[in-house]
Amino acid sequence: MTDNLRVKSSKFIDETYKISFKFNNKTYYGYKGDTLASALLANNIHLIGRSFKYHRPRGIMTAGSEEPNAIVQLHKNTSRTEPNVRATEIEIYEGLEASSQNCWPSVNFDIGGINNFLSPVLPAGFYYKTFMWPASFWEKYEYFIRKSAGLGKSPTEPDPDIYEHKYIHCDVLVIGAGISGIIAAKTSAKNGFKTLLVDEKPYLGGSTIYQNSEHFKINNQISSSWLEKEINEIRKIDNLEIKTRTSVAAFHGYNFLLARESLTDHLPLHQRDGKVRHKLLKIRAKKVISATGSLERPLIFDNNDRPGILLSSAIEKYSNLFGVACGQKNVLFTNNDSAYETAISLFNKGIDIKAIIDNREEVDSKLVKEIEKNNIKIFKGYTIVDTFGYKRINKISIMQLSKDGQKVVGSKISIDCDCLGMSGGWTPAVHLFTQSGGKLKFRDDDQVFIPDIYPSDQISIGSCNGDFTLEEILTNISKTLKNFLNIKKTEYENLEVQSHFNKTKRNIWLLPTNKVIGKTKPFVDYQNDATAKDIKLALREGFRSIEHVKRYTTTGMGTDQGKLGNMHALGIISETAGSKMGELGTTTFRPPYTPLTFGTIVGRNVGEYFDIFRKTAIHDWHVENKAQFENVGQWKRAWFYPKENENMHDAVQRESKAARDSAGILDASTLGKIDIQGTDASEFLNRVYTNAWSKLAIGKCRYGLMLNEDGMVYDDGVTTRLDENHYIMTTTTGGAATVLGKLEDYLQTEWPELDVYLTSVTDHYATISVCGPNSKKIISKVIPNLDLSDEKFPHMSFKNTKIGKIKCRVMRISFTGEQSYEINVQANYGKSVWNKCMEEGKEFNITPYGTETMHLLRAEKGFIIVGQDTDATMTPIDLQMDWIVSKKKYDFIGKRSLYRSDTIRDDRKQLIGLVTENPKEVLEEGAQIVLDASKSPVEMLGHVTSSYYSPNLEKSIALGVVKGGKNMMGQKLIIPMENKQINVTVTDPVFLDKENKRLNA
Amino acid sequence: MFLIHCPYCGEREQSEFKAGGEAHIVRPKQPTELSDDQWAEYLFMRKNIKGVQFERWVHTHGCRKWFNMVRDTSNDEIKAIYKMGEKPPTKY
Ligand SMILES: [Zn+2]
Repeated sequence: MTDNLRVKSSKFIDETYKISFKFNNKTYYGYKGDTLASALLANNIHLIGRSFKYHRPRGIMTAGSEEPNAIVQLHKNTSRTEPNVRATEIEIYEGLEASSQNCWPSVNFDIGGINNFLSPVLPAGFYYKTFMWPASFWEKYEYFIRKSAGLGKSPTEPDPDIYEHKYIHCDVLVIGAGISGIIAAKTSAKNGFKTLLVDEKPYLGGSTIYQNSEHFKINNQISSSWLEKEINEIRKIDNLEIKTRTSVAAFHGYNFLLARESLTDHLPLHQRDGKVRHKLLKIRAKKVISATGSLERPLIFDNNDRPGILLSSAIEKYSNLFGVACGQKNVLFTNNDSAYETAISLFNKGIDIKAIIDNREEVDSKLVKEIEKNNIKIFKGYTIVDTFGYKRINKISIMQLSKDGQKVVGSKISIDCDCLGMSGGWTPAVHLFTQSGGKLKFRDDDQVFIPDIYPSDQISIGSCNGDFTLEEILTNISKTLKNFLNIKKTEYENLEVQSHFNKTKRNIWLLPTNKVIGKTKPFVDYQNDATAKDIKLALREGFRSIEHVKRYTTTGMGTDQGKLGNMHALGIISETAGSKMGELGTTTFRPPYTPLTFGTIVGRNVGEYFDIFRKTAIHDWHVENKAQFENVGQWKRAWFYPKENENMHDAVQRESKAARDSAGILDASTLGKIDIQGTDASEFLNRVYTNAWSKLAIGKCRYGLMLNEDGMVYDDGVTTRLDENHYIMTTTTGGAATVLGKLEDYLQTEWPELDVYLTSVTDHYATISVCGPNSKKIISKVIPNLDLSDEKFPHMSFKNTKIGKIKCRVMRISFTGEQSYEINVQANYGKSVWNKCMEEGKEFNITPYGTETMHLLRAEKGFIIVGQDTDATMTPIDLQMDWIVSKKKYDFIGKRSLYRSDTIRDDRKQLIGLVTENPKEVLEEGAQIVLDASKSPVEMLGHVTSSYYSPNLEKSIALGVVKGGKNMMGQKLIIPMENKQINVTVTDPVFLDKENKRLNA
Repeated sequence: MFLIHCPYCGEREQSEFKAGGEAHIVRPKQPTELSDDQWAEYLFMRKNIKGVQFERWVHTHGCRKWFNMVRDTSNDEIKAIYKMGEKPPTKY
């Protein structure tokens, strides 16, 4: 057997440009223009991998993106490795290394192949039925399954490539550059529409461009020559942009499409550095023309999956476009005229055709006659009943079909072959159309689904619209384009078309055999190893919906989404269940049409650009002073500042002690700030907070609690009255945007009569909080002319003042329970004021502290953190904060919900304090709280929400929520942990300075 | 992804907007007068129609204005857009 199956040279292949590549570690050669598949076929290699479930040897089946079998791993064990690449799509380049997937230890000897012999015990739903029970065994099954199955290996190193996103707006997008797409793009652009034409292939012209037969002519020229001229013309049109190697992945509503433009995948690795690998195009088109073509159907018969079995159209493409013969002893199997086109092509190139098996009894088109004239044997009214050859087909058995096509009759005939082409007719590629929300209709004549109802300004033309012959395409296209683009005429109205294709077809979804179905393997979904037998089993077991059958048998659930076999699955269901195809509907095709790598999806948003992060004006100082950071919303907040060998615990203990013993300083700039102005500002605050605001004097601050309309705590913060009609509200760091959104919602939609204006000013100010017994002394040094006496500047008040020439607002408010001042300055002065505070505080050992210490200090005081101690199921009453809920106010957001039958229950979870029996024992946040751990099942009373070791109290403290906790003071409870039980006692949540003496100390 | 015509800014990508649920549910003027059931009706019950639905939307990453939309939820067709406070269209 020869290893060079190149036939007559093809103009698409550059035989002067030799390229070496490796497949399974062995070096081969191909030419520029080859795909990996065509180059392997030229080297007489069909066996590419093993199937998913039965590990059957599988080869190249197609010549396009619908390929189910020939999927390979590229550049194994490198950072550029990529699994599940279709050999039929990858263009070869110098140094390409591909290897088989899904086989262990090698493609030629595969342990999993034993599944093939075990297949009677591996029916549809096998994984569901067997591996799901008992649940505790799953871990063991998983190891076994993952080792022996699985599709390829994902890379373990960071992706070295660069990806980009790009927005494109156009008048008309044409998808697919076959004959229909070329005509549409040219017509659109020539009529002044800004047009974009995309095609997944590296060349233009679809399947017509390699059509060399005298049987298909346009204006008396061979169709490919005619099209070539058209292509040369469109390249010169200014307002037409052409993108090849560009595959549309998704077609969303309102003509929004995603396409991947592949820019470097065809280049040798060393030429890729620094270049963008893929561009994800985000296309918004006023009009979309789908010219996505059609996919040839396989035929469903016993053992229709062996290496060497291809689609007939693929064999034609390999010979015409790539100049490669797929076999030396070819047999074609068909139910329509397409295989005769292939046969004529092969014959003209001198490739041997042993026979054509045709399901149809009577065929007499010009194509058929030409074959007969050349003495190629045609078995009319026959079907294949079996195939032979383990790693490559070597023989088929055929039998005659009965009149009704349901049985086979007569005796078996054997034919030797090394390649079998099959043609079951064509399926319009309507995937993108249905993704866009389009509805299909079923055409009974030739059993195809075609576009019916369009959900947006779009149209399908050519074979994706069910026009399969050259005449149909060219006759309909002018009419359709004139209507769709609203133009008077096109240049394609009086073409002279000659096409000898006869449309007669004998459609049998599942071809009969002489064996019982249980003994056969007629594959429907090659990638997932689903057979017709599995589909019939699913129907016997009661599944009826196509979506259920799909999931149960896994038909159509591979990376190819069953592009080849889905129609047959429907056909078999419809025949078995006796329902009509049109009524069954199809399964949903989901984006992406072909898989996208993650890099393409994230584009430039990798590493530090993965998500936005916000830095305060003082951020650089925190970095210089070795702060560890935590993410709060989008903010990076200083978490703690470890010194020398300190760990987090040590640092937090030191910071916490310093803040209470002398002075601490915190960057509080991230708290949300909303500027509120207008004559109704006070009334507005009355309505959004639970407490009363009308009487708050100018220059005073007040803590407020905001509820949702369902009565649950939503946010909290201090709001200051700056002037008669002017307030500044602070929110939690994470809640700033949603609070503003909610307030705007009420203002605009419920209370448009209120004169109130809201502005987010979070980023405008830097906020520096100095706390501790020495804070007053420090502030008096920083702002010497400010009277800090308790009479002039009491707790919960504010002053406008200046630090040198810098205007600032100083609030005397406290989240730690210590005497505390918050300086707000224009953000760009933040760092210098912070530095000044540090300098003036040096003699008092002023200690910067982070969010962890802040949390600890407030927990000592029993102050809640919304989102940590609350979880959208806590009312203010549950939090023991009844004091902040106004009884006098007629209404505020959430008020009515506070006395719904559910919110007044006594046994709601309520906030309490917890102390451990062993004061050194620190509880885990999130730990469950129970009364009696011996009962089974144990009743969960609640959980720990905040827990710390307090250096100031020298004991462990915690906050938690417990059912009916308010009435459990002094109650002993248990925290069951993995290896121990911790005894705790319920206490008041305020652990330190209940009398608030330290605020004025 | 929709193209939405903000009544204040014009046509913009859906990613600039947020949906805010069913429109024309008026917050009761006197919540305290309502029974638990009546309050629950306002608080929790939404129609969630398959078909033509009246919705609230906000141009979050734009003018921050709320407005109403008539949308067919079965095919995402936007049939009408009108400002807050305006009467819903009867024909669309
Ligand atoms: Zn707007």
